[in-house]
Amino acid sequence: MNPFQYVRATKARAAIDARAADANAQFIAGGTNLLDLMKRGVMTPQRLIDINRLPFDRIERQGTGLRIGALALNSTTAEDRQVLERAPLLAQALNAGASAQLRNMATVGGNMLQRTRCPYFYDTALPCNKREPGSGCGALEGINRMHALFGFSDKCIAVHPSDMSVALAALDATVLVSGPKGERRLAFGDLHRLPGDTPERDTNLEPGELITAVEVPDSAFTRHVHYLKVRERASYAFALVSVAAALSLDGTTIKDARLALGGVAHKPWRLLDAEKSLIGKPATEAAFQEAARVAMQGAKAFKHNQYKLKLAPNAIVQALKNAASAA
Amino acid sequence: MKDQLLQDGKAVGDRMSRVDGRLKVTGGAKYSAEYELPGLVHGALVGSTVAKGRITSIDTKAAERAPGVLAVITHLNSPKVPGFAAKSNPDEPPAIGQPLRVFYDERIYFNDQPIAIVVADTLERARHAAGLVKAQYAAEAHQTNFEANKSKGFLPTQARRNPKSAQNDYTRGQADGYQSAPVKLEAEYWHESEMHHPMELQSIIAHWEAADRLTVYDKVQAVKGTQRAFAKDWGLPEQNVKVIATFVGGAFGNGLHNWPHETAAIIAAKVTGKPVKLMLTREQMFTMVGYRPKTWQRIAMGATKDGKLVGISHDSVGQTSTYEEFTESTVQQTRMMYAAPNVTTRYRILGLDVSTPIWMRGPGEATGAFALESAIDEMAHLIGMDPLEFRLRNHTDTDPEKNRPWSTKYLKECFQAGAERIGWNKRQMKPGSLREGDWLIGYGMGVGTFGANRGAAKARAALLADGTVLLQSATTDIGPGTGTAMVQIASDALGLPTDKIRFELGNSLFPQAPSQGGSSTVNTVGSAVNDACLALKKKLQELGGASFANVQPEQLTLADGQLGLKANGGPRLSFADLRKANNGQDVEVTVESKPSGDARQNYSMYSFSVHFAEVRVHTMTGEVRVTKMVSCADAGTIVNQKTAGSQMSGGAIGGIGMALTEGAVIDDRYGRYVTRDLASYHVPVHADAPPVEVFFVNKPDLLVDPLGTKGIGEIAIIGVAPAITNAIFNATGKRLRELPVTPDKVLLA
Ligand SMILES: Cc1cc2nc3c(=O)[nH]c(=O)nc-3n(C[C@H](O)[C@H](O)[C@H](O)COP(=O)(O)OP(=O)(O)OC[C@H]3O[C@@H](n4cnc5c(N)ncnc54)[C@H](O)[C@@H]3O)c2cc1C
Repeated sequence: MNPFQYVRATKARAAIDARAADANAQFIAGGTNLLDLMKRGVMTPQRLIDINRLPFDRIERQGTGLRIGALALNSTTAEDRQVLERAPLLAQALNAGASAQLRNMATVGGNMLQRTRCPYFYDTALPCNKREPGSGCGALEGINRMHALFGFSDKCIAVHPSDMSVALAALDATVLVSGPKGERRLAFGDLHRLPGDTPERDTNLEPGELITAVEVPDSAFTRHVHYLKVRERASYAFALVSVAAALSLDGTTIKDARLALGGVAHKPWRLLDAEKSLIGKPATEAAFQEAARVAMQGAKAFKHNQYKLKLAPNAIVQALKNAASAA
Repeated sequence: MKDQLLQDGKAVGDRMSRVDGRLKVTGGAKYSAEYELPGLVHGALVGSTVAKGRITSIDTKAAERAPGVLAVITHLNSPKVPGFAAKSNPDEPPAIGQPLRVFYDERIYFNDQPIAIVVADTLERARHAAGLVKAQYAAEAHQTNFEANKSKGFLPTQARRNPKSAQNDYTRGQADGYQSAPVKLEAEYWHESEMHHPMELQSIIAHWEAADRLTVYDKVQAVKGTQRAFAKDWGLPEQNVKVIATFVGGAFGNGLHNWPHETAAIIAAKVTGKPVKLMLTREQMFTMVGYRPKTWQRIAMGATKDGKLVGISHDSVGQTSTYEEFTESTVQQTRMMYAAPNVTTRYRILGLDVSTPIWMRGPGEATGAFALESAIDEMAHLIGMDPLEFRLRNHTDTDPEKNRPWSTKYLKECFQAGAERIGWNKRQMKPGSLREGDWLIGYGMGVGTFGANRGAAKARAALLADGTVLLQSATTDIGPGTGTAMVQIASDALGLPTDKIRFELGNSLFPQAPSQGGSSTVNTVGSAVNDACLALKKKLQELGGASFANVQPEQLTLADGQLGLKANGGPRLSFADLRKANNGQDVEVTVESKPSGDARQNYSMYSFSVHFAEVRVHTMTGEVRVTKMVSCADAGTIVNQKTAGSQMSGGAIGGIGMALTEGAVIDDRYGRYVTRDLASYHVPVHADAPPVEVFFVNKPDLLVDPLGTKGIGEIAIIGVAPAITNAIFNATGKRLRELPVTPDKVLLA
């Protein structure tokens, strides 16, 4: 770990200015991702701006939705009564992530911005375009069983590891950002980006931009929801593939549907066409199979992640089945 | 005050809680990195980034200039360890010591080999400066791909030199005689390297108390072996090296060897003249302290249609490094487990450009049992027989390898107890028959065995002025509860309550004891403690004079602060008087205890276990959950049901890791692990651990040692992995022969 300066911000403006003025500065929230990366030499900020004292930890009702402060803890959010009532899918996704200890430290903002778990990104002795642009993608021809099926480029085939973000993508959340140029709102789907030629950029945030909150609009997805996470042990492992599934049912007919995949792309992978294919259909296995088929169009696997071509559609069907039967 | 002896007067067999339990849970137990020495400084290692080649230059300037840095040591400026000159990549594994000569020359043998140590006043500064050391290499083509090199496996040198070595090829009956059987199968089994990740990271504090006197606080399983190794390396008399390992936070075999980082710390302490603390990082645990080697196995098996084994052939190739021949007894179980007339085993090793493996719990046998017990299950299925019945048909009441009786063998009792407890009668012959929702349910079993070893050890017993007895022996406790068992054994031998007895270990100043390994500590050190206590009692009896002269030693107790008789009445003599008779000194004996030759010549001595697993396999996701396990052991006398039970369930959970989650992966292009932390290398978590029901036969084997113990640590894991994969087959009809069985493998099978 490199030596660094540490400052604690008490005003959002001061934090934003400090960050905008210094390309080598980073915000630190729970630190559960950033500190690990610093210990491995993957990130080497010269200055840490602690944002934990900023007043962004409230979870409250706002207009026709829930407003969750960026500094709300993962654990607090997953247990929040309003979240459980209005966005149970989000609570499920949060609880599927990491461990109880980590969720007690991790923040909602930090969770969105956690970086990929690609082993080539993590080891400074190996090539990685995300860590060191131009050094090559170690995973492309390497050990790529955890890697992407969709939206990758020949510069980067890494996946985004967040569970929470998969649910937020499915729920059409909006990210509230405050930056040097003022405030703006980003549709959740526009927060993360695909790697293209610049995999070093994970998101569309500008330097100095601080996430202050995320808004989850009220929806009909309060009951028939399921977050399915397939992993290599029963708990405390990143997803091989995960599915956020939400149905709004009229009797047995699907009125509306939401579907997103985790562990398959550089960002949470929303499945709009598959959602459409479900609407108006009876909630049967046949309809779920069809949605899974639509969802997988355009998927392409590498040497070691061929299994995901089978696992992802299976997981979609299973998640939809579980959502439909959720009491 | 009257002493409370246990009701039946026996401490052995009691579910006594650990003597050091309170210290452990309150943080009072001191592990090797926790000693505070004046002037202590911190070390951090730099690892190579190529797998093979030479260091051509190494730039340490930035590190040297970094704040707080006291020394940067590389092969260019390291003092040469005197003993290194004599070593040159020995082809036999040394009993002690480490053949990799750290900071000796520019050769690189594996990726992440230590090439420098940075010493600084704080840990953070040492680690930061370590990141500033930059080396250039002349890389050479390396080989880390096991599959591609498998055919280059060779017979270990020790076997070539010594025709009696157990590593040689073995045949009984016809070579590959399985071929003549009416029903045959041939199958290959693989498992990835399994890494040592005990909770406590490997750590050492090295302190030169004088130019020729070294003390190390070191995480090792052998304090005496470590003492000898470092004395030899540094050309010192043994008594000038002191090794302390009072508490060890799990070791499972990785502390049975000395590793390069230990010598790196000793060198750094020499150079700086200060005590140096060095703790490996979790990433370095993948490359610097050994692992269960990746292994290929092939079993060919023949049987009659009515379930009699005709022959078994077992071939194995295990990974080792290029600078050391690590071997283990992978094929041993195949030679003695079943009554097959024709058995052939061939064991080879393959040297790759990787670090040296080391024993890991159930070494060799756990690997071998995966292949053998899977093949047994496959054969049972082929001939349409219940696999438990198939094992019973081929059960043997004498050792077919050595043609002699077992000292004891209660495996059938284990079968029966385990089958009842798991509900074996629920198991369906036809795979895929049991289903609950989206989960398929299956049952499987696997048998384990490990030699009931006993070596020589010494123990000291002393009656102190305060009326307590102090025992000492240079063994270690890597977690099983050694001190607790020793106190129980001593209590019975002395007739003194357990709370009046203390057992000290983990210090090279104490009487000689071997490493804690091979499930032999209770057999070996327990026997020494027993003998030392009996000798102490005898000495006290002598000091007691004429009134005790005709008393049978078994009748004597030390309860209530006096030497007396178990029965009421009779002579009594207070400890104070006994000390007086001993010129006011502690009454003290040191005794060596070793197995007598005859029994070991005439009997085969093994512990046995059987593990039963109930699993659920998800039809859509390929996830496997072990929902119940029953582990049964024929391990002789059980000294402590509580700690022994923990050994068994811990082994079962370790076996779940072996079967389902653990496997280290190398990117062969770089010869470097891509699983380098516990987020990518998965050990089982609580949610993976089902209730494990443990059953002990608990019948003494008095041929092994006077206490009748046989050993538990290894058999707790041996046979677990095949029990689980066999259960997966029973649930799904899918035969998984490559560990770990992750969901992708289930799905694509
Ligand atoms: C062993 C382990 C297992 C894990 N398993 C899972 C898992 O299964 N699923 C899962 O989803 N996650 C998992 N995680 C990741 C965990 O969820 C993240 O580490 C955590 O959510 C990050 O939150 P934090 O507050 O600690 O972020 P930090 O580490 O403090 O920050 C992360 C990044 O976000 C930036 N940042 C933080 N807050 C803001 C803000 N408000 N505005 C702008 N930038 C900000 C920081 O500058 C930094 O770059 C795991 C982590 C570990 C260590």
